[in-house]
Amino acid sequence: MLKYLALVPLFPLIGFLILVASQGNMPRRWVPWIGAGSVGVSAVLAALIGVEFLSGSFEPYRQMQWTWMRVADFQSGFSLYLDALSLNMMFVVTGVGFLIHVYSVGFMADDAGYARFFAYMNLFVFAMLILVLADNLVLLYLGWEGVGLCSYLLIGFWYDNPENGAAARKAFVMTRVGDTAMAIGLFLLFAQLGTLDIQSLMQRAAATWPVGSGLAALAALLLLGGAVGKSAQLPLQTWLPDAMAGPTPISALIHAATMVTAGVYLIARTHILFELAPAVLQLVAVVGAVTLLIAGFTALTQRDIKRILAYSTISQIGYMFLALGVAAFSSAIFHLTTHAYFKALLFLAAGAVIHSYHHEHDIFRMGGLRKRLPIAFWSFVIGSAALTALPFTSGYFSKHEILASAYQAENGVWFWAAGTLGALLTGIYSFRLLFIAFFGPENEHASEHLGFAMGIPLILLGALALFGGFVSMPLGSVFPREQPGELGILAAIVTDAAPFVGVGVAVLLYLTRTYPAETLTAPRWGEMLHRFWFSGWGFDWLYGKLLVDPFRWLAALNRGDIVDDVYRGVAVASQYAHRAFAATQTGQLRWYVAAFTGGAVLAIALGILS
Amino acid sequence: MLAALILILVVGGLVAWLAERYGANAPRWVAAVALALDGVLLVPYFARGFPDVGVWLDDVRWRWIPRFGISFHLGMDGVSLLLIALTIFLGFMAVAASWTEIKQRIGFFHFNLLWTLAGVLGVFLALDLFLFFVFWEIMIVPMYFLIALWGHENRAYAAIKFFLFTQVSGLLMLLALVVLAIIHYRDSGVYTFDYFDLLQTNLEVDTALWLMLGFFIAFTVKLPGVPFHTWLPDAHTQAPTGGSVILAGVMLKTGAYGLLRFVIPFFPEVVADFSPVAMGLGVAGILYGGMLAFAQSDMKRLVAYSSISHMGFVLVGLYAWNAAALQGVVMTLLAHGVSSAALFMLAGSVQERIHTRDMGRMGGLWTDVPRMAAIGLFFSVAALGMPGLGNFIGEFLVLLGAYRVDAPVTAAAALGLIIAPVYSLILIQRAFHGGAREIHRIRDFGARELAAMSLLIVATVWMGVYPQSMLNVSDAWVKNSLKGWQEGIVQTYSKPSDGRLANRRRP
Repeated sequence: MLKYLALVPLFPLIGFLILVASQGNMPRRWVPWIGAGSVGVSAVLAALIGVEFLSGSFEPYRQMQWTWMRVADFQSGFSLYLDALSLNMMFVVTGVGFLIHVYSVGFMADDAGYARFFAYMNLFVFAMLILVLADNLVLLYLGWEGVGLCSYLLIGFWYDNPENGAAARKAFVMTRVGDTAMAIGLFLLFAQLGTLDIQSLMQRAAATWPVGSGLAALAALLLLGGAVGKSAQLPLQTWLPDAMAGPTPISALIHAATMVTAGVYLIARTHILFELAPAVLQLVAVVGAVTLLIAGFTALTQRDIKRILAYSTISQIGYMFLALGVAAFSSAIFHLTTHAYFKALLFLAAGAVIHSYHHEHDIFRMGGLRKRLPIAFWSFVIGSAALTALPFTSGYFSKHEILASAYQAENGVWFWAAGTLGALLTGIYSFRLLFIAFFGPENEHASEHLGFAMGIPLILLGALALFGGFVSMPLGSVFPREQPGELGILAAIVTDAAPFVGVGVAVLLYLTRTYPAETLTAPRWGEMLHRFWFSGWGFDWLYGKLLVDPFRWLAALNRGDIVDDVYRGVAVASQYAHRAFAATQTGQLRWYVAAFTGGAVLAIALGILS
Repeated sequence: MLAALILILVVGGLVAWLAERYGANAPRWVAAVALALDGVLLVPYFARGFPDVGVWLDDVRWRWIPRFGISFHLGMDGVSLLLIALTIFLGFMAVAASWTEIKQRIGFFHFNLLWTLAGVLGVFLALDLFLFFVFWEIMIVPMYFLIALWGHENRAYAAIKFFLFTQVSGLLMLLALVVLAIIHYRDSGVYTFDYFDLLQTNLEVDTALWLMLGFFIAFTVKLPGVPFHTWLPDAHTQAPTGGSVILAGVMLKTGAYGLLRFVIPFFPEVVADFSPVAMGLGVAGILYGGMLAFAQSDMKRLVAYSSISHMGFVLVGLYAWNAAALQGVVMTLLAHGVSSAALFMLAGSVQERIHTRDMGRMGGLWTDVPRMAAIGLFFSVAALGMPGLGNFIGEFLVLLGAYRVDAPVTAAAALGLIIAPVYSLILIQRAFHGGAREIHRIRDFGARELAAMSLLIVATVWMGVYPQSMLNVSDAWVKNSLKGWQEGIVQTYSKPSDGRLANRRRP
């Protein structure tokens, strides 16, 4: 089966090409069969390949398609690499991806751009599969940019609203900032080590650079730049909340389950390089810890159901970065996987709410949806439980592993403390959402009509979110030196209690309203803090003032191109000269004679005097 | 064969002019047939394969003005073959783009079009500096007419500006090459303008610097590089679509070709010291051009400024002068030729339909003309350097190679990767996305336009996923150029297949 690996990304690509070639003229009922079907076939194939791989010796499998570029000592090919790590990612992309495609069949059924939507989605799945299966960094970069493009196209899918376009451009340009850092990292790695093939690159890096080497640190830092851009971590996190402008299945697939975790994958994939740069690895943990807290606090204040989930995604990816930073790579990938289950579930459930309740996004205008939208409600209960890491849900296992590893790392108590505080925040904001949107007096205006296409993916993802934590990919073959973390008794109690405290706080603030949340924002400082958090800690404002506005101002100022003014100046000067000389041509003899005599006298005078 | 490539276009141009009396379509078909014949002539060169040794695929040499050692000397190596193929391919596109747009003086239009292309082919082939200069001038004059006669509202200004810039810079080149020939005469007692003879001229460093600057300015104006770029936005914007296609797709490449064929091989001593300046100008072009592109509201002007940005990569890559960077330059030339031609054709089609290039008056075109919008999206995405499409290969290789030479400059050039989406996506947003501002009842691409665009799309994807097929063609040229450079020898060209150049090798 392994030799059919290349077909896994190929089917979505073919789906994309068929949908594009049909130019929107394909009968609507065929579109899902192509759009979702192609990903379904890939998922089945991926499963078969996975079974064969896992029953073998976990020996990495390479498949070369063709040479892409070969110039002197540089070579890069369309070649795929399958090991336990990329298999894990392939499962997530095709499996969760397929469920989301099926869901979209229902969700997008009435949209005019039905075929266009599935075309972009298929292209995305193709690019994402290339990203996770690439055996060299250039091909990985192809996937990396490809998913960025699809993200742009799908955020701006409803193009008639210019705000969506602005959000899409913001996402693309901000991630491009990170991508550019990553590209420079690639140039650096190639200049120093002479290859971009990931496996030999890692070998050479370990052989060439000692631990703590400056070049290794610089290279790792540049790759980290790419990772924080794609994964919406500090300081490039501000695009993700705006990306919620896209259709909800997109938010589930691209901006929760797969693309935004590409940064985590990249660091895990190049972990040998990062381990050569302990300082950068430490920085990864710091970025993760700070991001998870900032995003957690921000999520507390949001009103838009999707923005809450978006900040929650940023926060959960913060956990993954934290795990990477303390060298708990397999825990990071485990959390990536369970997060894909429960966050896809939450987004799709949010989509079900939006779909059933007049495209409403504001949770404060919902309330009491519990009875009317039972599937969405129970999906939210399960998803929130897993997100909060309540015991025995999938999120519990992965988050617990991360916090345990953080606790054991050097100086890890701080990381552990940040993660535990974050877990408490997670409890508050997820159950805040649940209580406000679904509890309270029954809402008469909503009615759930999801159909099989939307209902079944929710149920399956619900099952995964609940039980998915019991199975995890054995990643020992990829990360051989890893030790599982352990918590002391006290720390274990605190770790496990934090989410419950969070839920308890949410109950008091939003369900029983013993201490209504409004009392917190009533004082002046409370209101200011609320506004500060609501704005996402002012990052958008800062970047606007610091970068966007000056660039716009300068561009507008120089619209006519100041360099051209120099040449225009030359033209104007010669026109003036022309007029000046033309004025001397009067046709009057006396002037000519006078000028002639004067000139002659001057010439003679100069001759005598010199 | 090489002379026939040029001759066919020269004769074709005359026939097209005369053919106008047989109907409006006659000149169009004549032009198409002439270009097709040229295309057929090129096939054997590609089919024959590319030897590992031996750069020259073909050459021809006739006496012309023996008193001054001027000969009609043409030669083709891998890089000229690729550029000639690009020229002929885009020539077709220019004819296709003008099919409905040009309604007056159709015969004379196609005459000018074909003569411009003939001049360009001559530039890519000439191995005699005097002959090179002649072709350099030949391509300018008909292009001036294309802009001045069939251009848009401000055509006279644009045409004169174009003519003055290229003419003044051409004068510098003429001066430099005559001085070069005279110095060679003083040393050897032989008058010659032959490329290989002049390559071996020994120059004082001071003289070399001045001569190098003469050539450099001539070619950088054409490329264009900052600060000599200001003719380009006017010329590209005002030219008819076919003219813009040729200008952006082909004519800019003659500047790059001049740099790589003449400036760097001729003056290796000073080029090494000069390269930080040139690379700096390249970076300036990338960033400055990108910023200007972002500020434009005229669609063609935006694309024109983006060309300045892309050509900045060429300058950076050329002066990095290693294998990856040079291959990157060649790929950038080809890919930018295709993508900018496509974008100009697209802008032309939009203008033909709604009679404006102002993006403030577009918007929401996706709803009305989905094919045009999707194709516009494709080429904008190609222009912003999406991997898997041609432009990425070029820019990636340029930066990969340049990094080894100068890391900080490369990092600065890489900022262009951030600016490219800023202006490309604003084009998409303002023209195709958004709500419709005016009610456009316009026709989407028809079969002819769709066919032309499909060819351009196929070419872009081909260059993006299988660039190796083109890298192989220019490989021998790259290796030889670098060998000459590394050994401190001006250039060691191995003999061509028929041995006519054998005695021109440096001992």
